[in-house]
Amino acid sequence: MKINIPTPLRAFTDKQATVEVNGATIQAGLDALVAAHPELKNHLFTPDGKLRSFVNVYLNDDDVRYLPAAEASAVSADDELTIIPSIAGGTGISASRVPCCR
Amino acid sequence: MKLHITQADYDALRAHGEETYPHECCGVLLGHAKDDGNHVAAIVRAGNTRTDSAHNRYNISPMELIKIQREGRKQGLDIVGFYHSHPDHPAMWSSTDFAEAHWFGCCYVITSVDKGKANLTNAFHLAGTTEDDKAFQQEEILITKAVGENA
Repeated sequence: MKINIPTPLRAFTDKQATVEVNGATIQAGLDALVAAHPELKNHLFTPDGKLRSFVNVYLNDDDVRYLPAAEASAVSADDELTIIPSIAGGTGISASRVPCCR
Repeated sequence: MKLHITQADYDALRAHGEETYPHECCGVLLGHAKDDGNHVAAIVRAGNTRTDSAHNRYNISPMELIKIQREGRKQGLDIVGFYHSHPDHPAMWSSTDFAEAHWFGCCYVITSVDKGKANLTNAFHLAGTTEDDKAFQQEEILITKAVGENA
């Protein structure tokens, strides 16, 4: 299966935007990706092996977290995984109290 | 390192902030990362999913981001940054912006929109490689006449 790598993580995939891996499940595919590019591990997973909260993984157009079997979902060679970090922010609090620009 | 962007794209992202005022706007910068900084070839407006608190928060849905990324790749473009507005608030990154920043090497453009009018626009490069060593570094915005050219 093909795994799409976001720009900030390509430093750890030899600048490859996509990586081809073999695996029968999403988890197996991610494991194969990390095996091929070990530096990705800390960026994708917490020390206890869970996907970091800001790392989204999509199987084609579906958020893996919401699939019935989540990372254990079966995949085929034609499937595409996309790793996409979250993008969010904003002033967050009222204008008079924002501690900006440390 | 500088952010290279055309006048048209620069004006468009600022106008977006005026249109969504008093809510925050958000969008994606597509282009190329080069040795002298990120070069923007196109900007893409995105929806702000934080409808519960759109006046002081923004979030781009991952699926929308993936679609933008897919379309970008068809044109040979990568995601090189993002933009959003700060309604009635300085064009400086907030603690929320910093906590939610995970796109290392990308540029975060922030426009202050004061009483509905775009004021200052600043660009911040997310330096570092991990959550522990990341830092926002302000960088110059270089307005170009056309994509790939310096003004």
